[in-house]
Amino acid sequence: MLEPPSFSASPPATGRRQHWHWHRFRLLRLFWGSAVAAEAEYRLNFALAVVTCILNLGGSLFGLFLFYHNGYRPGGWDWPAAVLVLACYTFLDGFSSTLLAPNLNRIVRHVQEGTLDFVLLKPVDAQFWLSTRMLSLWGVPNLLAGLALAGWAAHRLGLGAADLAAGALLLLPALLILYSLWFILSTLSIWFVKVFNITFVLRNLLEAGRFPVDAFPRRLRLLFTFVVPVAFLTTVPAQAMTRGLRLGWLAGALLLAATLSLASRAFWRFALRHYSSASS
Amino acid sequence: MRLLRQLRILTGVQYAYMLEYRAELYLWVLSGVMPFFLMGLWMEAGRLAAAAPAAALADPARFARYFLAVFLVRQITLVWVIYDVEDDVVKGRLSPQLLQPLNPFWRYLASHLGERLARLPFLAILTLGVFWLVPTSRFPWEPARLPVAAAMLAAAFLLRFVMQYCFAMLAFWTERANAIDDLSFLLYLFLSGFLAPLDLFPATVREFATWTPFPYLVYLPAELLAGAIPPGLGRGCLVMAAWLALFTALALLLWRRGLRRYSAMGA
Repeated sequence: MLEPPSFSASPPATGRRQHWHWHRFRLLRLFWGSAVAAEAEYRLNFALAVVTCILNLGGSLFGLFLFYHNGYRPGGWDWPAAVLVLACYTFLDGFSSTLLAPNLNRIVRHVQEGTLDFVLLKPVDAQFWLSTRMLSLWGVPNLLAGLALAGWAAHRLGLGAADLAAGALLLLPALLILYSLWFILSTLSIWFVKVFNITFVLRNLLEAGRFPVDAFPRRLRLLFTFVVPVAFLTTVPAQAMTRGLRLGWLAGALLLAATLSLASRAFWRFALRHYSSASS
Repeated sequence: MRLLRQLRILTGVQYAYMLEYRAELYLWVLSGVMPFFLMGLWMEAGRLAAAAPAAALADPARFARYFLAVFLVRQITLVWVIYDVEDDVVKGRLSPQLLQPLNPFWRYLASHLGERLARLPFLAILTLGVFWLVPTSRFPWEPARLPVAAAMLAAAFLLRFVMQYCFAMLAFWTERANAIDDLSFLLYLFLSGFLAPLDLFPATVREFATWTPFPYLVYLPAELLAGAIPPGLGRGCLVMAAWLALFTALALLLWRRGLRRYSAMGA
């Protein structure tokens, strides 16, 4: 049911696979172009997003600073290194507001109003369409703030290009993990329309990622490594930058990312089999 | 008297309505878990500080009680009236309410109270769960203190409600009233004691905070609930009462002015 397009927009049979990917890039450009054009109508919103982002970041930094102010280093992390964790969090938060929230929080509405039927009829992979159709500029200030904060911390710590590359390398599985978790929870709405707010719970659980995971007591540390993998989202990338790339962590992060994205795919197919559409 | 009866009935209606949405409501409760993370972080700080002589932090049990209390205070004083008012003003649903012989303020208040009642059983279960998981978080059992803490909680809820109601009144002038409220929420994050007890703040920030309404929304009620008597309690109550009076007067003024500007269908 999730095959590549087979009419009008379909590419010629030769080199079909490769062509299909280009087709998706073209779609992405169209999707995001229209989304940005729509948001450009509300420029005041963007200014507000910038102000909110700055104040929010100030609050996060203050929350972290209070530990150091009282002479305590959470998890043994120095101030700039802990700021680096916060930078990863801010960046991922920006990613969520830019791409995840505007798309995935809409799935429940599609189910509720029956418009999911239309999505399934489109000659595009439905998971792809549901995950990429919208783009919100609200998260951009956070993306930039995350980068700026990381730049400051890297400068303070005297990190080199190799360290930054290691961090970036581990941020990719983090993005995939975040997306997959969010998508799996949103897919639940096929069965339970009333629990639309479950992604808010996820988002709030992930707030633990503002702090290095070693700063938590043992039970919470286990929870954040094995149950809700917050550790892999922010601590592991920051650790790769400050303490060098460890193969164990890299393998763990890649394995988790691969497992979760395959699981999200499988779960989506499973959910669709249980979807009794609004029109049938 | 008549008003009380009306309030009771409206609250009951909302309570019955919220019971239908229990699952959703419980998820909302669960999305307020941040205080438990902070509890873990500060308890760990306290545990490690207890080994070395760093006096300010060296009481993990204090953090356990404080952050459990913060969780409860935040759950009990949660307010979203601005979204309701904004929706009603923008969509014109306020118009039929204006015809009724009851100021819509009371309707919004009753809807919050009803929802809060539906939340309580789940909160009680969660609290017992935390007592069991983190034994040091158990509040000291002092019946004499209970009414004081309850009164403080009620006052904190009322202050938060009236504050947000003031911002909600701006919906008569702008469509982005809740953005202004968001900004005040960020100040709340900074100054309310949500991140840490106020006595761990730098002295200047703490001194500044005590003159703003924010510590009275979280820090003061949480300390009382957790069984501590925060320093400067008397002055705190006065400052709190002053803010409550100020925001009530402002809400009344804005309501009268705003109503004159209100021009939805049928008004």
